[in-house]
Amino acid sequence: MSPTITTSSEANGNVSAATARAAASAAASADAAGPQPVTMAKALNTALADAMHADSSVLVFGEDVGLLGGVFRITDGLTATFGEQRCFDTPLAESGIVGMAVGMAINGMRPVIEMQFDAFAYPAFEQIVSHVAKMHNRTRGAVKLPLVIRIPYGGGIGGVEHHCDSSEAYYAHTAGLKVYTPATVADGYRMLREAIDSDDPVVFMEPKKMYWTKDSVDLGELRRLHEEGTTAGEGSEGRAAVARPGTDATLIAYGPSVPTALAAAEAAALEGRSLEVIDVRTIVPFDDETVAASVRKTGRAVVIAEAHGFASVSSEIVARVQERCFHHLAAPIRRVTGFDVPYPAPKLEKYYLPGVDRILDAVDDLQWED
Amino acid sequence: MTISANHTAPDTARNTGPDNALTEAVKKFGITVEDYMLPARHQIQMVDPEGRLKPEGEQGTQPGHEYPVPGDKELLEAYEQLVVGRRVNDQNSALVRQGRMAVYPSSHGQEACQVAAALCLGDGDWMFPTYRDAVAVMTRGVDPVQVMTIFRGDWHGGYDPLQYKVGIQSTPLTTQLLHAVGVAHAAKLRGEDTVVLAMCGDGATSEGDFHEALNFAAVFHLPVIFFVQNNKYAISVPLAHQSAAPSLAHKAVGYGMAGERVDGNDVVALLAVLDRAVALCRDGSGPLLVEANTYRMQAHTNADDDTRYRESAEVAEWRAKDPVNRMRTYLTGRGILDDDGEARIRAKAEAVAAQLREGLGEDVPVDPQELFRHVFAVQTPQLKEQSAFLADELARDAASDSDSKEAGK
Ligand SMILES: Cc1ncc(C[n+]2csc(CCOP(=O)(O)OP(=O)(O)O)c2C)c(N)n1
Ligand SMILES: [Mg+2]
Repeated sequence: MSPTITTSSEANGNVSAATARAAASAAASADAAGPQPVTMAKALNTALADAMHADSSVLVFGEDVGLLGGVFRITDGLTATFGEQRCFDTPLAESGIVGMAVGMAINGMRPVIEMQFDAFAYPAFEQIVSHVAKMHNRTRGAVKLPLVIRIPYGGGIGGVEHHCDSSEAYYAHTAGLKVYTPATVADGYRMLREAIDSDDPVVFMEPKKMYWTKDSVDLGELRRLHEEGTTAGEGSEGRAAVARPGTDATLIAYGPSVPTALAAAEAAALEGRSLEVIDVRTIVPFDDETVAASVRKTGRAVVIAEAHGFASVSSEIVARVQERCFHHLAAPIRRVTGFDVPYPAPKLEKYYLPGVDRILDAVDDLQWED
Repeated sequence: MTISANHTAPDTARNTGPDNALTEAVKKFGITVEDYMLPARHQIQMVDPEGRLKPEGEQGTQPGHEYPVPGDKELLEAYEQLVVGRRVNDQNSALVRQGRMAVYPSSHGQEACQVAAALCLGDGDWMFPTYRDAVAVMTRGVDPVQVMTIFRGDWHGGYDPLQYKVGIQSTPLTTQLLHAVGVAHAAKLRGEDTVVLAMCGDGATSEGDFHEALNFAAVFHLPVIFFVQNNKYAISVPLAHQSAAPSLAHKAVGYGMAGERVDGNDVVALLAVLDRAVALCRDGSGPLLVEANTYRMQAHTNADDDTRYRESAEVAEWRAKDPVNRMRTYLTGRGILDDDGEARIRAKAEAVAAQLREGLGEDVPVDPQELFRHVFAVQTPQLKEQSAFLADELARDAASDSDSKEAGK
């Protein structure tokens, strides 16, 4: 096919929503198979393809994302389907990738760019902090930057140095960025589409150990809901999910820690303790209400994250819950996080990562005797 | 020497060889690709410091590096902008001394570069300037008072980049070059013939984003002109500490693009070189790198003391090469400029200076709520809370102020 590329329908350009809608419904009729076992990787890949169908200003680029389909295959088939103009490899230069995306977004495009691994996004830090995060503010809202920076993050895959960092705090700390991190296959699809539609820049943190996680998901239905705008106004942004209801204590987790928290809750249930698990979903903006409501109800909380605990997203969550729930708390809020050491070598990561036992120990410490 | 294929064209197989627009351009000039990319042996200079047009054979041109002298109308307009630019530079420096502006990095001495950078572009083209390029931004048509907002200190940028097709003056060195690349790339994908001029200084060429931007522009064959004002210093550090290259223009060949050096105090040569660079970019033979050889006549900013790192004799030497005087002499000698014309241009420059004094003479009331208004396109609940907190704090302050006034009655 020879795609015509037009200006983004939402930001910094002229409206071409009608053509976008037409393309979208064509894509939507493609599969209607009902719930199927789907991997997170497939959900993300489908979200990218659907977004590219829906809006010709959506472009995908990065390192090895073209012919190869990305080292994790998240961009698989996009070049074949949409052509080399809309999904392409760049020179190896992360600042270049982000900086060029900024310029493209200024000039009417919606770039979705891939950083190959968490630690390889660091060369782009200046562009992200000084421009991606500040452009809208600096121009008093005249210039919107509808771009998505996808970052595979976190450990648990036996990766060597520089391939397992939990870098979310750097982005969450930077005013002007939104930070999403899905923890279910369905959220992988939903949240990536919402991120691409957003007129704000989104750092989209993908828990890489969950790329091969399978859930039974109806992608056709998710696509239909998204494109009919049924989810508009009740999207995922700023909305945490109760991943498992419970009554005795709240486990607060995001991204790769959510399945660990769920496993801990399952184990606790066998011991007769009912744990509620909250999946934060978007770190920025943070859903204070859902989290606080849960902790007020249970009176006890443990925050779980792979990242180092010091000056982290987990410390921010503890502070916020404490400010809002102090009089409802039966015990100090506990954290189970990575130690304050560089991410360890593969044979040591099991000692570093938050695991079920460490979470259950923390839960046991929540002063149940009083 | 082969040039790689256009990687982004879907209908071009990978590595198909040298038949792209650049090679076509080279064929047209009858020289090798290498001779096309390497800067001419001498910098291009058309009018010498004494204001005399140089004989054609001595302008530094050579096959494939030929430049026609721009037309009289363009030159007269450039002179007018030079005079206005000089006046604006000096007016702004005065406003800083009076405390009306926080800082002003003056381009005094570099006005020819400033003016040519703006005048070479068409309405649909884009410019990405640095902190030093306020005069270029104004010459592009942005309201002078809006340009100075960034230096007055009530907001980070005073104009709408989309309206003027001018990026916000960038401070983090060379980061803006990548934005220029992105704007050009987006335009190219849509089949538009936009040209983008991206500006930086000599010291900034050491930054990583300079390298990444030139490489991206060359690999994607984008219509970007990288315009480097070599004013010999990066704050206190002379160029020899930044680069061991034969010239900054020579860096172009390493990326696979053409480079050229030009006398940055000769607006005639600058316009000639930049006009052709724009034309080459417009028909697909970009990107290009143009190095302008100029001098920063004043300190880096008002906060800097340049006597700590350079000799006054050096500054005096460059004063004799002044771009404004040189152009006046040249145009007067050619009969293009007379006393009436000079008086009209001076009056215009004074009017712009008055506009600046007036526009910057008064404090614009700032709105504290603006702190929160533009951080996101879609506001977060946390910022709504913080905005309410500040509103409440201000309301309480106001109430206690009026209470104490009551009590004092
Ligand atoms: C990334 C970055 N590092 C350092 C600075 C501080 N700084 C501002 S201007 C400047 C010198 C730049 O020199 P040059 O590129 O030659 O431009 P000129 O100021 O001479 O126009 C420096 C070091 C900065 N703005 N950005
Ligand atoms: Mg300099």
